[in-house]
Amino acid sequence: MIENYREALIDLAYLVSAVALVFGLKRMSAPRTARSGNQIAAAALLLAVAVTLLDPHITWGAANIAVMLFGIGVGTVASVYLARIVPMTAMPQMVALFNGMGGGTAAVVSVAEFQRFAASGAVSVGEAVSVAFGTTIGSIALTGSLIAFAKLQEVMTGRPVRFPLQLPVNVAAFLGIVALWVWLLGLAGGVTVVWLLFALALVFGVLLVLPVGGADMPVVIAVLNSMTGLAAAATGFVLDNQILIVAGALVGASGSLLTILMSRAMNRSLANVMFGAFRVSGRAAAVAEAKPIREITAEDAAVLMAYANEVIVVPGYGLAVAQAQHQVRELADELEKRGVEVKFAIHPVAGRMPGHMNVLLAEANVPYDQLFEMEQINEEFQRADVALVVGANDVVNPAARSDPSSPIYGMPILNVDQARNVIVLKRSMRPGFAGIENELFHMSQTRMLFGDARESLMKLIEAVKAA
Amino acid sequence: MNQELLLGLYVLILTIFLGFEVISRVPALLHTPLMSGTNAIHGIVLLGGILVAGTADRPILYLLGFLGCALGAGNLFGGLVVTDRMLEMFKPRPAEKPAGEPAPAGAGVQAVREKEPVRKP
Repeated sequence: MIENYREALIDLAYLVSAVALVFGLKRMSAPRTARSGNQIAAAALLLAVAVTLLDPHITWGAANIAVMLFGIGVGTVASVYLARIVPMTAMPQMVALFNGMGGGTAAVVSVAEFQRFAASGAVSVGEAVSVAFGTTIGSIALTGSLIAFAKLQEVMTGRPVRFPLQLPVNVAAFLGIVALWVWLLGLAGGVTVVWLLFALALVFGVLLVLPVGGADMPVVIAVLNSMTGLAAAATGFVLDNQILIVAGALVGASGSLLTILMSRAMNRSLANVMFGAFRVSGRAAAVAEAKPIREITAEDAAVLMAYANEVIVVPGYGLAVAQAQHQVRELADELEKRGVEVKFAIHPVAGRMPGHMNVLLAEANVPYDQLFEMEQINEEFQRADVALVVGANDVVNPAARSDPSSPIYGMPILNVDQARNVIVLKRSMRPGFAGIENELFHMSQTRMLFGDARESLMKLIEAVKAA
Repeated sequence: MNQELLLGLYVLILTIFLGFEVISRVPALLHTPLMSGTNAIHGIVLLGGILVAGTADRPILYLLGFLGCALGAGNLFGGLVVTDRMLEMFKPRPAEKPAGEPAPAGAGVQAVREKEPVRKP
C-alpha cells in the first residue's frame, strides 16, 4: 500500500509541475513578467526531478547513488559555470550546446530503457516505437547541435560544408535509419539494432547540419530545439512519464513555431534552408561593375546625426562580432541628450538566433521600449533623418523587394533605403555572407563609414560630443 | 490499443496545441530567452537519466545512467541559469521620461518605477 501512496504522490507532483510549467511559459509573453515566469518554470522542473527520486524502482545501491551524484554533479558544475561566464554575443552557441546535451540525454535514456524492456522479455510495438523515436531524434539533435555549436563558435568554418558524393551519403544514412526502424518495429531487432540506430543517427545529425551556413543558424537552432523537445516527449512514452510528455510537447511546439517564424522572415522553406546547399549554386558572388560608393568621415556622420530629429539604428550580426553593443548604446545616449529621438529596428533573423540582437542591446542597458520589431517600425523609416546600419547586410538589402533574380528576393526587409540619409558602418566592401551585392551601399543617400564597428562607434561618440 | 499509450498521445497532441497558443503570445523581443528557457525545460529528461542510473545493474547501464545524469543536469541547470541571466537584463525605459510609443508589453509605469528607478550610466 505504501508503494501506491508513493506513486500517487509522484504522479500528483508531476501534475502540479506540468501546470506550473504552462503558467511559467505564459508569463514569458511580456518582458516585465518573463523573469518570474522562468523562475516558476525552474521550480516546476526541480519539483519534478526531486519527486522522481522517490520512485520505488530506484534501488539505492552504493554504485547507483555514486553514478547519480557524480553525473549530476559534473553536469551541473560545468554547465552552470559556462552559463555564468558566457558573453551574450555567444548565446547562440551556448543554447546549441545545452540543446545537444538534452538530445543526448533523451537518446541514452531510450537506449538504456530498451535494454530493460529486452531483458524483461517481450517488447511491445508502442515501446519499440517510443525507443526508436527517442533514440533517433535525440541522437540527431545531439550531434546536429554540436556541429551548430562548432560553426557558431568558429571552431570550424561557418560556411556550408560540401564533400564529394554528399547527397548519396546523406540519403544512404537516412535510408539506413529507416531500415533499422523497420527492423526494430518488426520486433525482430534486439539491443544491437538499437545501438546501430543510435550510432547511425549520431552520424546523420552531423551530416544534416554540415551543409547549412552560419547565416541560416536561426532556423537550424529552432529546428534542433524542437527536435530535442520531441525526443524528450518520446522518452516520456518510453518511461510512461506524463511530465516528460508535457514538457517535451511544449518545447516541440515552441521550437516548431520559431522555425516557422524564422523561415518566414527569410522567405524560405525549411527544406530550402536545410538542403539548399545541395543545389548547384548559381549565385556565385556577382562581382558587379565598380559602382560608386560614397565614404563619410566620423565627424560628418556625427553632425548628420546630432542635428537630426530621429535616428533609427539597425543592428546586425556585425554588431555581435565587434561586441559593440555597449558603444551603440552610448552613442544613442549621447544623441538623446541632444534631443534626438533614437530607435532600434530589429529584424527577426538579425544575428545567429531568434531575438539575438534584443539580448545584446538589453545587456547594454538599452530599454526594451526602444527596441522595435520590423512590422512596428518599417513605416517609420521614411520619416527618419538618419538610418544607422551597424553590421547588418542582407536584412537591409532592397534587392529583396525589387530584384526577382536575387536569391533573397521576397524576404521581408527593413526599409532602410527610405530614410533620408543612410550611414553604414562596415568593415570593408566585402559582400555579405550570402555573397549578394547590396544596392543600398550604392544609393545616393548612403554614406559608408569603414572600419571595425566598435572603433567607428567610439569615433562617432566623440564626434557627437564635440558637435 | 494500449490505454496508457493512447492517453499519452492525447496528452502529447493537446499539449502541442496548448504550446502553440501560449508560445505565439511571446514577443520577438523575448525570442532568445524563450528559446533558451524552453531549452532548459527539455532538460527535465534528467529524470530519465536518474531512473536509469538508479535502476542500473550492469556496467553499460551505469555508463548510460551517468551520461544521462551528466548531460541532463547540464541541460537543465545551465539552461535555467543562462535564461535567468538574460531576462534580468531586459529593462524598460526609466519611468519619468515617457516613451514615444507605449511599451510593446504595456508595462505599467508604477511597476517600472519600483523595479528600475535609475538607469546605470
